[in-house]
Amino acid sequence: MLHRRQPLPPAGVATCSRCGTILYRSRRNSLDRTLAMAVCGLILFIIANLSPFLTLKFEGQTQETNLVTGVMELYRQGMVPIALLVLATGIAFPLLELTGLIYLLLPLKFDRTPWGMAGVFRVIRALQPWGMTEVFLLGILVSIVKLAGMATVIPGAALYAFLALIFVVAATAATLDPDIVWDRVKITL
Amino acid sequence: MGPREDYPLTTVVVPLTAQKAGLACCQVCGLLSRLDGQELTARPVCPRCGACLHRRKPNSLARTWALVIAALVLYVPANVLPVTHMTYLGKSQADTILSGVFYFMRTGSWHIALIIFVASVVVPALKLIVLGYLLISVQRRSHRHPQERTRLYRIIEAIGRWSMVDIYVVAVMVALLNLGRLADIDAGLGAVFFGAVVVLTMFAANSFDPRMIWDVMEKRE
Repeated sequence: MLHRRQPLPPAGVATCSRCGTILYRSRRNSLDRTLAMAVCGLILFIIANLSPFLTLKFEGQTQETNLVTGVMELYRQGMVPIALLVLATGIAFPLLELTGLIYLLLPLKFDRTPWGMAGVFRVIRALQPWGMTEVFLLGILVSIVKLAGMATVIPGAALYAFLALIFVVAATAATLDPDIVWDRVKITL
Repeated sequence: MGPREDYPLTTVVVPLTAQKAGLACCQVCGLLSRLDGQELTARPVCPRCGACLHRRKPNSLARTWALVIAALVLYVPANVLPVTHMTYLGKSQADTILSGVFYFMRTGSWHIALIIFVASVVVPALKLIVLGYLLISVQRRSHRHPQERTRLYRIIEAIGRWSMVDIYVVAVMVALLNLGRLADIDAGLGAVFFGAVVVLTMFAANSFDPRMIWDVMEKRE
């Protein structure tokens, strides 16, 4: 159903008058905030991937893991579809989303237009539902509880970085007003 | 959004839709474009973002049915086949999703059991039931509770991703418990089917066009 766009008060939400679905929200300083969140997210993402994630101690043996260890182990066991699914939704898509946003928003901040703006933003919007860092974290917490009964699990720096990352990723999604990018794309008829 | 003095159009009884006005709303960037019959000759694209323009998602009913049925078929092996094979101090054990839930209940972590049960069993089943109901209600041109049905669609669209939890649990367990004969976990075939169910139901929710619920309402007016 068609609605006429109108300015919203701070923290206002426009909903469809027929079915109640949210049409758009008012977001202050969307460009600056989202850019800051995306840069912060990228730093946390690098920490989360480079430092040890979880260490397991069992009968005198220790086993250290990174975020990608699970993917490699699944791949080694021949579970290629699952390995790819975890790699894509847990690591690759969130990384693409963060770097893509920085690529778009940094030039826009300085009134420049990045190359391929519409295409890049389309890809980011399409990938968004498939980035599942928060679900990944829940999975990690469940596994820790599951293994706690059998062995000692020591959380590493990466776990805390990942924990912070999910809040930053959620904040990025909440502060991004898609129209700050779409309004800058020239319409070619 | 109630009626406003500066915007009397909101009080109009019969709503004006893009479809009636010969317009199409881009599903990617939200731009409205005129679309009068040209989709019969060429494939129109959004002049702003370049995405394909449709009045409604193409073949929404058939595509969603196909994905729902495929997910329903895979739901069976996903729950029957083991998701993990564990070797622990010489004993080996195969676990399905449900036996994992029972394991947590026995060991007293009922909250973990609840998380896994809801995310892995209830959510995918609920998604398939709700999508089936929405598809049938649209096909029967139902006029009942359109607002509630739209909300139901938005809910299953939002919660579907949480079913992935079990896949991540398997990935982390496999990485951590990898100490040869002492303690080792391998992923089972059930995990592959389960991953497929999650992906298929997400595609199914995405291919359903909730505007169909409202199109049926209009034809009577």
